[in-house]
Amino acid sequence: MEQVLANISVLAAMPIFNLGLLIDGLLVGSIFALAAYGLALVWGVMNVKNLAQGDFIMIGGYIAWSLGRHGIDPLLGIPVAIVVLWGIGWALYRTVISKVITRDLFTSLLATFGIAIVIQQGLNLAFGPDTQSANADLPTLSFAGELITIAAARVVGFVFAILIAVAVILFMKKSRMGQAIRATAQDARAARVLGIDTEKVYSFTFCLNAAICGAAGVLVAVVWNVQPFLGTTYSIRLFVIVTAAGFGNLPGVIAAGFGMGVFEQFGGFVLGAQFQQALIVLLLLAVLAVRQLQQLRVRQAVQ
Amino acid sequence: MNRTPLHPLTIGVLLLAGIAAPLLFPAYTNQAAVLWLMIVFASTWDILGGQMGYNSLGNIFFFGAGMYTSAVVQIGLFYDVGMYTSGARTTHIVFTTAQYFSGFALGTIAGGIGAAALALVTSWIVFGLRGPYFAIGTLGVAVAGAELIASWEWLGAAAGISMPVFPGAPETQKLFFYFLLFGLAFVVLIFLRWLYSTNFGLAINAIRDDEEKAEAMGLYTRRYKRVAWSISAFFLGIAGAIFGNMTGFIEPRDIAFPTTTFNIFMILMVLLGGKGTFWGPVVGAIVFDVIKEVTWTYFLGWQFVTLGLLIVIIVVYFQQGIVGWLMEKYPARFGIRVAPKQSDQYARGLGLAPHPEVAE
Amino acid sequence: MTDAIIEVSNVSKSFGGVIANRDVSLTVQRGAITGLIGPNGSGKTTLFNSIVGYHPIDSGSIRFEGQEISQLRVQEIARLGLLRTFQTTRIYGKMSCMQNMLISIPHRKAGFFDMFSYERGEVVERAEHLLVFVGLYEKRYLRAGSLSFGQQKLLEFAMALMNEPTVLLPDEPTAGINPTLINGLIDRLKRANLEFGITMLIIEHNMRVIMNMASKVYCLAHGEMLAAGGPAEIQRDQNVIDAYLGVH
Repeated sequence: MEQVLANISVLAAMPIFNLGLLIDGLLVGSIFALAAYGLALVWGVMNVKNLAQGDFIMIGGYIAWSLGRHGIDPLLGIPVAIVVLWGIGWALYRTVISKVITRDLFTSLLATFGIAIVIQQGLNLAFGPDTQSANADLPTLSFAGELITIAAARVVGFVFAILIAVAVILFMKKSRMGQAIRATAQDARAARVLGIDTEKVYSFTFCLNAAICGAAGVLVAVVWNVQPFLGTTYSIRLFVIVTAAGFGNLPGVIAAGFGMGVFEQFGGFVLGAQFQQALIVLLLLAVLAVRQLQQLRVRQAVQ
Repeated sequence: MNRTPLHPLTIGVLLLAGIAAPLLFPAYTNQAAVLWLMIVFASTWDILGGQMGYNSLGNIFFFGAGMYTSAVVQIGLFYDVGMYTSGARTTHIVFTTAQYFSGFALGTIAGGIGAAALALVTSWIVFGLRGPYFAIGTLGVAVAGAELIASWEWLGAAAGISMPVFPGAPETQKLFFYFLLFGLAFVVLIFLRWLYSTNFGLAINAIRDDEEKAEAMGLYTRRYKRVAWSISAFFLGIAGAIFGNMTGFIEPRDIAFPTTTFNIFMILMVLLGGKGTFWGPVVGAIVFDVIKEVTWTYFLGWQFVTLGLLIVIIVVYFQQGIVGWLMEKYPARFGIRVAPKQSDQYARGLGLAPHPEVAE
Repeated sequence: MTDAIIEVSNVSKSFGGVIANRDVSLTVQRGAITGLIGPNGSGKTTLFNSIVGYHPIDSGSIRFEGQEISQLRVQEIARLGLLRTFQTTRIYGKMSCMQNMLISIPHRKAGFFDMFSYERGEVVERAEHLLVFVGLYEKRYLRAGSLSFGQQKLLEFAMALMNEPTVLLPDEPTAGINPTLINGLIDRLKRANLEFGITMLIIEHNMRVIMNMASKVYCLAHGEMLAAGGPAEIQRDQNVIDAYLGVH
C-alpha cells in the first residue's frame, strides 16, 4: 500500500512523468486498438466472440521471434504473419467456426476457448514456457533530460499499427468485399437476398481478423514480449475494450484501445507489474457492471 | 426431464457402488474420490448451465472460496492465521487430533456457507448479464478470485498455505476423504433430484426456455437465479474445503481456482453427458474422468492440447451429449411425449414421408 | 360508470431519429374489451411495449389502476396484474403443457418458500380446467414445443389466464391462425372477458375480429392517435379508411 502511495506521489510531483506514461500508453494502445478492431469486426459480422484472439496474436509474435532468431528483421514478419494467420483462420473457419455460427452464443464462445487452449499448449510445446522478445535492434529515445524514455521500437510499432489500421479501414470502405461485409453485419438475411455470399463474407472476415492479429502479434513481440499463456490476458483486455465501446461502434473501439493502453501504463506504474492481470480482470468486471447499470435504465439486461 | 423421486433401487445401487468401491479396488481409492468430486462439479454446474441456461465459466470461484474459508477457520481457531501463513515462520505447528477434526468440521461448514454468501454478493455483479457476457463475467470473477488471493499476504499469497496434517495412517486418510467426497456426491444427487421436482425446478427451466417470457409472466427471476447460484456455491464450497484438506496444500492459481482445468472439466463433463438432464452430468463425469485417467499418461505433454481439441469436438459435433442423444432416440423411455407431426399425415398418405418416430 | 383501469396520457417514444409514438393518449375501461388498430408502422407495438415495460418512454405517463407504471420493469408490471401475450407466441418449449401451466401461477401470491413445494390439488385442478377451456386437455402431457402453432397460441392464452391477470394485452391474437380456428379463439377471448372479468386491450389487424369484440377502438397512424370511438364509428371514419388505404 505504501508503495502505491509512493508511486502516486511521484506522479504528482513530476508532471513530466505523466506525459511519458501518456505517450507510452498511446503508443502501446495503438496495437490494442488494432487487435480490438479485429475482434469487434468478427463480433459484429458473425456474432462470434473470439476468445482465441489473444492467442492468434501470440502466434504472430512467435513468428516474428523465430525470424529474429534467424537473423531476419522481425518487422519483416508482418507480411509473413499476415499470410500464415490468414491460412490458420481459413482452416479454423472451415473446420470449427462455420459450424458454430448458427448455434447459440455459448457454443461459439466455448469453441473458440477450446481453440485458445490448443494454441496455447501448442505454442508451449513448440517454444517452451519462457517469455521471449523479438529484438528489432532499435534504440531508446529520451526526452526532457532522461525523464521521458521512449523505446523507438514502440514508435515503430505505433506507426505500423496506424498504417495497418488505415489500410483495413480503407479496404472496408472502398472495396466490394468491404461493403459486402458491412452489409452482412447489418442484416445477414437481407445481404443474402441481395446476392451476397454470406459464407464467403464470414470466412473472409474471420481470416482478415486472424491476419490483423498476426500483424499485431509481430508488433507485440517487437514492442513487448510473448509467452504461450499471455494470450488469455490479451483476450480479456481486448474483450474489455470492445465491451466498453460497444462492438458496433468502431471509432469508439479504437479510442477505447488507446484508452486501455494509457490506463495500463498508469495502473502498472502505480500498482506494480504483478497486478497486471488482476487489474485487467477488475476492469472487465467494472465495465460489465457499468453496462448493467446502463441497461437497467432502459429496463433491459446486457444481452 | 424426469421429476419423479429416485427409485429406491437406484439409491441402493449408488450406495452400494460408493461403499464397495474402495473395498474392491483399494489401490484406486484416491482416483475414485476424485471421481465423486467430478460428479459434484458436473451436477452443480448443470444447475445453472443445463437447467437454468446460464453457462458459467466461473463456478470454480466457489470451490476456491470454500477451500480458503475452511483453511482460515481450521487454522484460525487455534493459531493466528497471519503468523501461520507467513513465509518467515520458524515455529513448527502441530494440530492435535481433536483440533484437526473440530477445525475440519467447522471449516467445511464455514466453507459452504461462506461460498453461498459470496454467491449472493457476486449475483449482483453477474446476473444483469446474459449469455456470453455472463460467461465472461463469471470467468472474470474466478480469475479475479485467483489474483486477489495471490496478492493477499495474510492468506499466503501465491506461495499458498500448508493445511493441518491428517492425524492418522495414510490408509485411514484415503478412506476418510473418499467417504467424505462420496457422501457429498450422494447428498448432492438426492438433493438435486428433489429440488428439480419442486416449483423451483420448473421455474429455472422456464428461465432457460424463455427468460423474457418468464419475466413477462411475473416470475421472480432474480430470486431463482440467486438461489440457484447459492446452492451451487454451497456444495462447491464444501467440496473445496474437503479437497483442500485432501491435498494438504492449497494455493490460488492451480489448486483453489484452477480456471483451465477443473473449471473447464465441469463444462465438458456436462456437455459430454447431456446438458439439462439429471443423469447426464453423472454419466459425463464418469466417462470423462475414466478416459482422462487412462489417457493422461499416454498423452504426456499433449494432455492439454487434447483437452482443447476435445472441447472443440464435443462442442461442435456432439452438443447434446450422451444422455441427450439417448433422449432424442428414445423419448418415451424418459417420459417425454411429443405430439405427432400433423403436416406429415397427408404426405404419408401418399407414401412420401416416413412415420413419426414418437407417439403420444 | 366504469372506471379507467389503464390511462395512457401524452406518451411519446422515439428510437434514434424515428418518432414511433407522438403524444398518444388512450384509456381502457375496466371490464371492457378495447381495440388498438392501425396500419403497419403506425406505432401500435411500440405503444404496447411501452405499457408493459419493455422500454422506457420519452415523455408522458401510463397509469394502471391509478398507479404510475412507466418506470417499472416488466416483471413488476406483470406482478401488478397487467399481462401480455406475444405476437410470436412464446411458451416454454421443452416443458409439457401441464408444466407450462403450473409455472404460470400468479407469483405475486406466492411466498418465498413456496418455490420448494410442488403444486397439487387446487392448482392442478385449475390448470386442467383452463386447459379444457382452450381445448388442450388431451394434450396436456405433451411437450409444448411439439404442438402446432395454433395450439401453442391457445396454450399461451391458457397460461395467461392461469396467472389471474386483471388486464390482458393480447398482441395480434389471431395472427397466423387458420381462419377456421379464429372463431374459436374469438369466442374464448370473449368468454374470458365475460366469465373471468378480464379487461382487454387487443392489437389486431383482422377487422372482422376487432369489430366483433371491442366496445371501443383506437386507431393509430404514423405514430399519432388518428381516431377513437365505437367499432361502427371507426369503420366509417374517413381518416381511418384513408390511413389503411395509404392515402396520405
